[in-house]
Amino acid sequence: MTNEDLVLDEFKKLVGQQMEPEVWEAGREHIKWFAQAIGDSNPLWQDKAYAAKSRYKNIIAPPLFLVDSGLVKLVGRLVDMAPHLANINGGTEIEYFRPIEAGDTITTVAKLADAQMKTGKAGSLIFLVFEVTYTNQRGELVAILRNTFIRR
Amino acid sequence: MAKQITYEDVVVGQPLPTLIKHPTPRQLVMWAGASGEFSEMHYDKDFALKMGFPGIIVHGMLMASFLAQVLTDWIGEWGTLKKIKTSNRQFVLVDRDIICKGTVTNKYVRGNDHCVECDLSAENSEGEKCVTATAIVVLPEGKKTGS
Repeated sequence: MTNEDLVLDEFKKLVGQQMEPEVWEAGREHIKWFAQAIGDSNPLWQDKAYAAKSRYKNIIAPPLFLVDSGLVKLVGRLVDMAPHLANINGGTEIEYFRPIEAGDTITTVAKLADAQMKTGKAGSLIFLVFEVTYTNQRGELVAILRNTFIRR
Repeated sequence: MAKQITYEDVVVGQPLPTLIKHPTPRQLVMWAGASGEFSEMHYDKDFALKMGFPGIIVHGMLMASFLAQVLTDWIGEWGTLKKIKTSNRQFVLVDRDIICKGTVTNKYVRGNDHCVECDLSAENSEGEKCVTATAIVVLPEGKKTGS
């Protein structure tokens, strides 16, 4: 068995296992910082008075405001399992069901959904797909995110 | 904000307004702080080179945010983003212009939803597509909003 096979085996053991749910609050200031980091001046994310008159009656979060502790912990764990491998974001797929509003309490459940090795010209690459489900304080589904990471 | 776009306004094949970004190391640090994604390859050039990258790399999620902004700028308050799927094709180096574009590829009514599908891309100044994406948005019906 090569080193990569051993690493892949370790990842495969995690597939399907749900991580401990993470609970976090979508704070208005955090949403503002997040929007400013994108350079996105949409008043729906940042202007309290504007947002109050909008159809949402509240500040809502930009679409990628799903990068949270559940996701970061899972990614951190996957990185720590093979720190010598680079971690490349292959792509992100997000389905939205309702917006995140300022003050919402979000529960995320993350799991590794798939681990595969693909061998090509660049050598062996490990493809990891993880899935994160987001629900709000009313138990309503907010979003499902699937992300592919490539370890090489 | 601009006038609200409606489903009736949309023509398949039309381009979305282009968004030009120029992510600096400062912006990447802001993103790291806001997102909690502190991987060193996004702010430590020595680390990035050691890991085999050509330099400091822009976060994939920040690139996805740029493409999502193309959509949310366009659909306005009454439009809703339903789905976005990005593919990262090339590393995006910091401190370069990134041209974010979109095109309408399809429109249809499903149930009560007036859906519009788009293709998106983030290109570098050499015209290489670093990130591509597909998305589905729902737009209001023109006659209902009356705007």
